[in-house]
Parts: sequence; C-alpha cells; structure tokens
Amino acid sequence: MIVHEKQDNPDTANRLDGMKQGVLGTAMSRIDGLAKVTGTALYAAEYSADNCAEGVLATATITRGVVNAIDKKAALALPGVIAVIDDPRLTTRAAQGTADEAPQQDPARVCYWGQPIALVVAETFEQARHAAKHLVVDYGEEVDAPVDPEAVKPEEQTEETVSQGDLDAAMSAAAHAVDVTFTTKGHASAAMEPHAAIASWNGDDLTVHASLQMLNYNITELADALGIPEQRIRLIARYVGGGFGSKLGISEEVVAAAIAAQEIGRPVRVVMTRQHVFQAIMRRSESTQRLRLCVDAAGKLTGFGHHALVSNLPGEEFAEPVLQSSHFLYAGANRELKLELARIHRMTAGSVRAPGEAVGMPALECAMDMLAEAAGIDPVKLRLMNIPEKDPEKGLPFSSHTLADCLTQAAKAFGWDHGLRKPRQTRKGEWWIGTGMASAARVHNVMEAKARVTLKADGTAVVETDMTDIGTGTYTIAAQIVGEMLGLAPDRVLVDLGDSRHPRGPGSGGSWGAPSIGSALYVACKAIREELAKRLDIDEPDLALRNGATSSGTQLTELLRGEDLARVGHYEPGAISEDFTASGFGAFFAQVRVNAFTGETRVDRMLGAFGFGRVLNRKTARSQCLGGITWSIGTALTEALEFDPRDGHLVNGDLAEYHVPVNRDVPDLDVILVEERDAAASPIQAKGIGELGMCGGAAAIGNAIYNASGARVLDFPMTPDRVIAAMPD
Amino acid sequence: MTRSISVNGAAHPLPNDPRVSLLDFLRDGLRLTGTKKGCDHGQCGACTVIVNGIRINSCLTLAAMHEDDEVTTIEGLGTPDAPSPLQQAFLEHDGFQCGYCTPGQICSATALLDEIASNWPSDASGDLVGTLTLSDEEIRERMSGNLCRCGAYANIVAAIRDVAEQRT
Amino acid sequence: MRAFDYIRPVSLEEAGRRLAETSAKAIAGGTNLLDLMKLQVETPSAVCDISRLDLATIADTPDGGLFIGALVTNTQTAVHQRVRKDYPLLARAILAGATQQLRNKATTGGNLCQRTRCFYFTNADQPCNKRDPGSGCGAIGGIAKLHAVLGTSEHCIATYPGDMAVAMTALGGVVEIVGADGHARSVPVADFHCLPGDTPWRENVLEEGDIITAVTLPAPVGGLQTYRKVRERSSYAFALVSVAAIVAMDDQGKIARADLAFGGLAHKPWHDPRIGDLLVGEAPSAALFDKAADLLLETAQGYGENDFKIPLARRTLRAVLEEVTGASS
Repeated sequence: MIVHEKQDNPDTANRLDGMKQGVLGTAMSRIDGLAKVTGTALYAAEYSADNCAEGVLATATITRGVVNAIDKKAALALPGVIAVIDDPRLTTRAAQGTADEAPQQDPARVCYWGQPIALVVAETFEQARHAAKHLVVDYGEEVDAPVDPEAVKPEEQTEETVSQGDLDAAMSAAAHAVDVTFTTKGHASAAMEPHAAIASWNGDDLTVHASLQMLNYNITELADALGIPEQRIRLIARYVGGGFGSKLGISEEVVAAAIAAQEIGRPVRVVMTRQHVFQAIMRRSESTQRLRLCVDAAGKLTGFGHHALVSNLPGEEFAEPVLQSSHFLYAGANRELKLELARIHRMTAGSVRAPGEAVGMPALECAMDMLAEAAGIDPVKLRLMNIPEKDPEKGLPFSSHTLADCLTQAAKAFGWDHGLRKPRQTRKGEWWIGTGMASAARVHNVMEAKARVTLKADGTAVVETDMTDIGTGTYTIAAQIVGEMLGLAPDRVLVDLGDSRHPRGPGSGGSWGAPSIGSALYVACKAIREELAKRLDIDEPDLALRNGATSSGTQLTELLRGEDLARVGHYEPGAISEDFTASGFGAFFAQVRVNAFTGETRVDRMLGAFGFGRVLNRKTARSQCLGGITWSIGTALTEALEFDPRDGHLVNGDLAEYHVPVNRDVPDLDVILVEERDAAASPIQAKGIGELGMCGGAAAIGNAIYNASGARVLDFPMTPDRVIAAMPD
Repeated sequence: MTRSISVNGAAHPLPNDPRVSLLDFLRDGLRLTGTKKGCDHGQCGACTVIVNGIRINSCLTLAAMHEDDEVTTIEGLGTPDAPSPLQQAFLEHDGFQCGYCTPGQICSATALLDEIASNWPSDASGDLVGTLTLSDEEIRERMSGNLCRCGAYANIVAAIRDVAEQRT
Repeated sequence: MRAFDYIRPVSLEEAGRRLAETSAKAIAGGTNLLDLMKLQVETPSAVCDISRLDLATIADTPDGGLFIGALVTNTQTAVHQRVRKDYPLLARAILAGATQQLRNKATTGGNLCQRTRCFYFTNADQPCNKRDPGSGCGAIGGIAKLHAVLGTSEHCIATYPGDMAVAMTALGGVVEIVGADGHARSVPVADFHCLPGDTPWRENVLEEGDIITAVTLPAPVGGLQTYRKVRERSSYAFALVSVAAIVAMDDQGKIARADLAFGGLAHKPWHDPRIGDLLVGEAPSAALFDKAADLLLETAQGYGENDFKIPLARRTLRAVLEEVTGASS
C-alpha cells in the first residue's frame, strides 16, 4: 500500500520528538561500518560475473571535430581484443544531475579533448588498456575551438538576473564600499572510487552494477541512452565510494558496458582509469566574480552586487549557480546580480559538491571581510547587522534562520577577538599568524521520495528504496528513523538500499538525501503506526512504542498476528517549497600561519557551527561537517584544475597534480551543531548537511591569510606563488 | 615448479601475465576486493597492503616480483566478527564515510604503529636521533599517503591516537 | 601497458648483459617505471627485475663516509642511524618526498633515475621532445607551473622531481656505476643528471647496460644541515623549490663552509659552486644572501606560469641561510 503525503504547510506537530525509542539523533556508529572497515563491503567493480570481459574507453586527441574512421582491424589484431565498440548510442559526457534523459551521444562527434570516442573490449584489463591507447583514429579536426572563457561573448542566465534599485548610485553615496574581482579555479569531485560498471544481459533484461548517486534518475537516463524500456533494467549501487556530484548522472562507462555486453554476448566490466574520471566526467567551472558591496555609516548594507562568469560546453544547460545564496544571505535594497556562461570546449562542467556556494560564498565572504575593514567594523558584527528579516528579493519569510546563532556560538567557542583588527600583528619565527571568519549558507532542497517499510511478523523491520548511501550515512539514519517511529532498536532494522527494483527515493545529491528519504520513511512508518493503533483501538498519536512493545506491554509480534505489515511512504514537497526561503546556515572561524618567506599557508585550527534543522545522527552529521571543512581547506589552498590554453585539455588530471588535501593539511577541527527544528523544511524538521560545511569556509582561511600576513589574495586557491605576490615586504 | 605468493597466510600461484599488478592480482585473481583501486598510480594510497611487514602501494608493483613474499591485506587484519583494534576504532570514531579509502587507511595505520615502535622518523619529527613520541602531527604526516576525499582525516587521527594510546 | 617479458637475472653480470641486449628496463622498486608504463610513456619490451640482487647494504667506508647500495630503499636510508646522525640533510630530504608507502619501495638507484613530472611528458597524447623527440615541447606555451627556470632549452623545460638527489648533490655524493662490460666507474651526483639541451630524452649519464650499484657519501664535514622544501600541500607533493644546505660557521661568526643544492628549478639538482665561494669567509647578512640569490638566479628564465619560482627561490634561499647561519631578518 502506498501512502502519499504532500507537504503544503509547516509540520509543527513535530511527531518525532514525541517518540519513545530515543535513538534518533544519537551518535550511533554506522550500521554499514563493519563491512567498510573490514573490506567486505562490495563496490560496483567488485561483483563476480562469469566470463566477464574488460572494457577500457578510448578518448579523443582533438578538441573539436569528427571521427572519420577507427582502425578496428588493427585493434582486433592485438592480443585478447574482442571488440571495438563505437555504437552511436555511446555517451560522450556524464549526464547532469536530475537530467532524467540521456546525455550527449554520438561518439563520432568530438567536443572536447579527452572525450570518449569508443570502448575497447578484451579478455583482460591490461589487454584492453593497451589496445585502447593504441587505437588508430582518423579525425576531421575543426580548428580554433574556443577554450578560454574570457575570450568569448558569454550568455546571460536571465533567470538569475536581479536588478533592484540603483546599485551604482548606492555605491557612490555609500559611507564605505568595496568593488573587487575574485577568481576561482575549476575543481574535481575526485571521489576515491573511480566510476565503474559491470553490465550483463539475460535475454532482453539488463543488470548493471554501477557507482551512481541517483538510481531514480539514472535508470531513465540509461534506458533513454540504450533505447529500451526502463522496466528491462536493474541498476544496483549498494556501496558508492564517494560521489560529490560526479555520479549524479549516468556516466560514459555505464552505457558503454551495457552496449558492449549486448554486442559480445558476455558480461562486460568497464572501470574508468583515474585519468578518464578526471577528463571525462565533470569539472566545477572556474569563475570570475565581481563583488560590489556598500554600507552606510552605521554599517548597514545599502548595495549588493554580485556578477559571475562561468563556463560550459555548448549544449549543456548547467551553469555553476554561483549566486545561489547571494540572493538571500544579506540585506541591501539596491541589488544587481548577474550570472553569465561562456561556451567553450573544455570538458563538461557540472555539479561538484555544493555547486554554486562552494565558490560563490568564498568570494562574497572575502569581500565582506574587506568591507568590514573599510568600515572599521568587526566582521562578525557586520554580518550580524545585515541579516535580513525576510528574503530581500522574493520577500518570502525564511523557514528558519540560524545564522546569528551560528556566528555567536562559533565566535565564542573560537575565542574571537571582536576588537579592532589589523594585519601582520603576530609573528612566530618565520610564520605570520592570524585569524579569519566567514558565514556559511547553502540552499535547502527537498525532493519527492518513496520508500517501503515492512514491519516483519518477527518484529524486525526492513527498509527498501533505491536511495543510495555515498558515505553520507543513509543506511544508518534510515535505521534510526524507522527505529524511532516503530520502537525498534536500530539493529532490528535491515536497510536495503541501492537497488532500482525498490521504490524510488530522491537520490543522493544537493544535500536533499536525508530530509527527502527520511520524510518518505516517516510517512511509511506513520501509516504502519496507524494500522497498529487501529488494532489496539487507540489513536495513533497515543501509540507509544519502545523496544518492540507498546507502553502497556503488548508485543509488536502479537499485534502483527504472524503477518508482515508493509507500507510504501511517498513524500512530496508541495506549496511549502514556494512559501519560504529555506537554507542551512553556519559560520567558520580559522587560524592560519603563513610563512613570511615562502608564502606557504597552514591551517592551525578551524571551527564551524552549523544549523540545518534536526540532527538525525550526531556522529555522521559531524563527519559531514568535517568533510565540508576539509573541502574548504582544499578550495582555499590547494585545489585547481589547469587547462591547456591551446587545446583546452585538462592538464593536471591525476591525484598527484590535482591537490586534494592530505591528512597533514587538516588540523584539529571543531564542529558545533546548532540544533533546531525547521517545520517548513520537511516533516522530519531536517535539512541537509552534505554541502553546507564547504560553503564559505575557504573565505575564513583567505581572510585569516590577510590578517596574518597582509596578503589579500583575490584568487583561489591561495597557493604560495599567489601569497608571496600579494604579501607586502 | 609453480612460483607462489603468500596472502593472509595462504599460498597462491602467481599470475601468468607479468603485467598484472599486485593490486589487480589481489582483487581480480584472488577476489580479495578489500584492497581498493583508487588511482592505479601510487597517488592515493587506497591500495595499501603490508608486504613482509612493510606497507606499500600494491598498484605500483608487479605480482610477479613477489615470489615467496608474505602479503597482508585488510581481510587478513580482521573480520566483521573479529575486527582488529584499529578497525574497531575507525568504526567508533567514524574514521570514514564512503569507505573506499578505508582498507588502505587501516593497513597504513597498522604499519604506522610498527614504524613508531621501530623509532622511524618522519618529516614531522623534530629530532632525527631521539626517541619518537606519537603526536597528532606525526600521525597526520605518516597518514598523508592515504587520501580521503570524504574528509574524514580528523576522525582518522582520533582513531589511530586512540589505539596508539591503548598500546602504550 | 605494453606486453613485456619478465626477466629476473641472478647476478649483476647477467643483468647488465640482458639490459644491453634487449630494449629492457631495469626494475627495482617499480614506483616510477610502472607508473609510466601504465601511461604508455615507457614501453619496454622486457622488464629486468634486479630487486633481488645483492645491492641492498649500507656500510661505512674506510674514509669515514657511507656506502648506500643501489637497492637500499629510501626508507632504509632515512631511518639508518648514521644517516640520521651524520647526514641528517639526506634523511630530511627523503622524508620530505612522496609517502611512507612509496619510500618503502623506492630505491637509491631508481630514485636517482626518477623521471620528470611534466604534464606533457606523462600524457602520451601530447607533444613532448623527451618522450617523442621532435614532437615539440607542450609545456612551453602551456601549463608550466612545475617547470624549470634554470638550464632550460627551447626543447624542454622539465624539472628533475626528486629530493634525495638534491641532498646527495649538496653532500658531495658519488654514483657508482657498473657497465655491461663489467667496468666500474664513479660519477659525482652533481654530474649524474644532464641538462636538456637538444637531447632532452637523455636525462643522465647512464649508457645501455649500465647499472647503478651504489651511492657513496664522503665523510661528514660538520656544520648545520637542512633541507627546505616548498610545496603546495603540506605533504605528498613535489617541490616548487627546494634548498639543501650544509653550512658551517667559524668562531668569528663568519661562514666557513657552504654547500648548497637546489631542487625544482632545473632538469637536474642545481649546483653552483660559485654560491659557496661567495658565502665563505663572509659574515651573514641580508645583503650577502641577496647576492647569493643573484648568483643563483643570474640566468634564470621564467615561462609565464613558473615566473614565481624566481622570487620564490630567492626567498627560500634567504630563509635557509638565515636558519643555518643563525642570522635573523
């Protein structure tokens, strides 16, 4: 039985806090943890398939043009080679998140250097890799493809454009103003598990083990790419070795494995090499951002301007939503916001953890620091003074607002000095030491979701949904929500995720996973409770369940009368999405040291306070925050995709030269969870926390670099070369 | 005579194709998939295993070069029923999220404790000739060959510190 | 990876013969060669596994120096008691490089032969005169942040990426080599690597069939030793610039000895004896350190993205000299 609940109003009943099991929100260890720490959790490439062949993608060595011919005969003559697949259904880009349709196909059409053009299938991986690298391809190259985002006329993303009042006039009339341009380099998701798929056919039925974040969309994307009904497809992704946006959409290896397996009549495994993952999945676009901010003599924002230029391939709709939180974070009557997209032939730009805020917030928050200095106001106070009462553009109320709490609690815990700030005040040996802070914001999203909960006759429960756990903790919070609602210890709840045969969840992405699937589970459990209450002849709210029994001592197993009780919860956000501006908020504080000679920066300590509704699991939520802060360090100091200025190819496409932070880059981190109940966020009063932790943190570090050394670096990441160039000597 | 390698105490014949890395041999040849392939180029540490007591990247060595060597993988350190102290500490401290880098982290951490016991210095050691103390900075430096993109480093350090303290 | 024959010679003589006969590559730790073979940058028809030859000893030399066998791993060198006590510069340089896992496999001989990290060299589908003579240098006019500012040529601006050899250069180490004919010869580490010139594929003085057997270090000379590596991550990153220094002061507070070598700047560990000559006999001062930097960077040429290495080298040299002479800014 499917129970549908569409949320049009805030859920102030707050039922979860009245439940009796006492497990939700606790710091329970992950229920999938033992499998992960003992190496027994199976990831996509690790399933057994009899007689499985190995495929390796061959990639283009031109920037734009056509593949005239591939010398298949030569490739097939190499040892072990079974087939060279160049089927027009092969995809050449990963699908964007929630695309729900096949991405760009036709591998004979080349749009970026490094694009997949074929799949070579062989008996062994080594044979396939060798043959793929030696594939002889005749190209018809179209020269002079634009690869520099600054050198083409960009397209305005008009739905992002805001023009309120007169910013120019406000800037001229203001007591203090900053007008500053920042740049950010591109980022890679760089999930530790490379994209991988094993495809096998049984007649017309296709099963694919893959590493994907959103099976509910991916199955449609794959069906569309292959031209078959999705009922013929089963997608399985029980463990996903990180996603960070890179596995939102179906990627090239999945479609290639499926086509190849059909063509050769054997299962085929395609595991992308690390270099292929870098060059052929997604990049976060680089950005150029001009910030114009001005305040009156009291420090109230009178003008707010944010203009960003990003890039993508021709044909891609995605434009890094740099302005996403700028629309509502601060007041300012005179507003100008504009996002522009340059069409260039670098690899696909798409979602990388916290698309938009990941780079928009660092630029905004560095500009705020400069404004605070110009106005002679404590940067914490400047922010506190400018928190708007309601959304400054849409006029909507906020569903909840924790920015002030986060700023205040974090400042206190960090030991922030609210006095007058001057750079270059503390030096220890070769190192300048200083502090900085920034606000955090990340829009809240919640999506339609379905999940089945079965209360088994034996008093255990089973959760079934195609929802994934990409490290976010879905397995564990699902057991906690169901345990809380049905009065079960979490070890009595079996959670079965990542199988497209199950009801469709929301997928993991946009930080919406937990609130969305949690709401579907809540709806299913509430319906089960209603049935149980009916059997007891009481009202559902009066049903108190704990450890498998009611408060009056009736065992669940008795109530179930030897039969399972199953409900599919179907949650759908309704008018609630239109009536409020909803966001997670937070604050970052950092202390850094900057080497006076070499410009090397080390973060000595960092703290974040975050408000994101109900905390479902204190341990895993804190871990999400730690991860976000770690990404903030990467954004601030180390991560930069570099593209060749001539052919646009990704130059540093590996983990040696694309600098993901290492353990030693990350100091002790403190996290404060500013707990609240956001009734308008979801019926479980929760918002997401997967991305908030990196939405602004890089600015806290950048501002600390300035405070420490006097180097105001306007370009992210703030590598030694840039720091020494900006450092006063 | 068949050339063999010992993995978690059991002898196995070496593969025929000399191109097969120790990593691929473990994962595909022996189906010990706990050892992960993250980059295949010695740039991430997910493939870390312990060979003759020393941790190495199994991706950058040929299986054929390991005749008679003794290899310990994550499966050899503990099981879900009997996890090792480090495996248990990683679980309790949430020293992972997606779990993909985790076996490599734990193999590295296991070897790290022996390296400290042997008084091997690191880049973080203030003194090269004295007796080492295991500071957090020492742990961070010594674990820097194992990337974790989920950003669990702070918890990984806490887990290792916990087990190291129990040892002393 | 191209298919290859796996050969495991039982003696140095056999190894030399096999290496001279075929287009074989010697493999010991494998950390660099296999990386490049997977990328089809190296495509040997045979791989000659020398890892079990008897070249893994560290021993004192009669003159008070140290003999480090070619198959001694980087870890074994760095943890060796005499290295830690008498050649801390070498231990520091090794520990500043790569990771524990890689250092546990990488060997003395292999690390000396480590090939460049140039992005265009490691991408077999891009032009590179080192990998594919005559195809052009992709780095010139491309992304050249890692690249050399000293001793470059129009054909190649790659750097030597290692740390160990930079320290060995400053320490006056000597590479011991045995040729395919069994003839042994010695080459100072400072002369082991070549500048690219118009033969960028030639990275060192080794000939077909040559095998490195050891590096010997002279007796320790006293003074303070330091290795300073500037990098974009706090660990597990190649040097933007590195400085190896051995400096001794006399009792008048003047510099009595100064041996310096530099990494990240050139196709080889950069060694310019004029810098030591300039410093010796002088009292440390900012002006003196600036003069030393002037000398070091006299012929430096940036290629856009790596222009910063010129001021960075100057600043790092000054930091190191302040540290080892006790002068402060």
